[in-house]
Amino acid sequence: MSLEIDKQIQELKEQVSKLEKGTKDQLSMVVFSGDLDKILAAMIIATGAAAFDMKVKLFFTFWATAALRDPKKSVKGKHIMAKMFGMMLPKGSGRLKLSKMNMCGMGTSMMKGLMKKNKVASLEEMFSTAGELGIDINICEMSMNLMGFKKEEMIDYPNLAICGVATFLSDAQESKIQLFI
Amino acid sequence: MTSEELKSLKSNKVVDARGTACPGPLLAAKKAIGEIESGEIMEIFSSDEGTKNDIPKWCQKMTHEFLGIVEEDSYSRLFLKKA
Repeated sequence: MSLEIDKQIQELKEQVSKLEKGTKDQLSMVVFSGDLDKILAAMIIATGAAAFDMKVKLFFTFWATAALRDPKKSVKGKHIMAKMFGMMLPKGSGRLKLSKMNMCGMGTSMMKGLMKKNKVASLEEMFSTAGELGIDINICEMSMNLMGFKKEEMIDYPNLAICGVATFLSDAQESKIQLFI
Repeated sequence: MTSEELKSLKSNKVVDARGTACPGPLLAAKKAIGEIESGEIMEIFSSDEGTKNDIPKWCQKMTHEFLGIVEEDSYSRLFLKKA
């Protein structure tokens, strides 16, 4: 009888250790939206998770990639279409708009004023905090190619990498939390 | 702990996060906790209502011992012991 119980305990232990190996204390997030409010939400969750000692991996794709452009940097020798995209998309996180009530920029600047008044950190501050906390930012290579963005025009961020969907999937697979914003 | 007991505690570290909004107090707590030793007491000042729910949750996750809250006029003092 006790032998049987020992065997069962052994089996359970093995199963638990398998489960533990399967997921890490990690958050993976797809940041797809290029809206100010949505990226702010993404960054608040990301820095919060880092405060919880979780490893955080952000995958910036499509419209969100424009938020990572550095307004002080420019790249020469771009294709005409890439130039057009570059001009029409926001250059950096300071140029993003609200997803609602933008009202030709009035709503966005009102919101920024309110954020300052309520001591909510700006996106620029959030990015620098994220860097200090060791949050990884991966940028989707395909999106960058589509929009004609080059690595040289992206912000100086300590853990910045350019990668593809496989990186996101392998990170997401071993994360306890996965989000899409 | 009662609020009298908490008030008599000697904190090894005081974090003043008054005026900052979410996730400010949490990030301030995370930064400051690295500066004290295990078993030492940290006190967080916050005027953000949500912090009173957030910090106990954070303590639970990080296995720090949440000791309690002392309410002041315009802010709260949150006490915890580092694991």
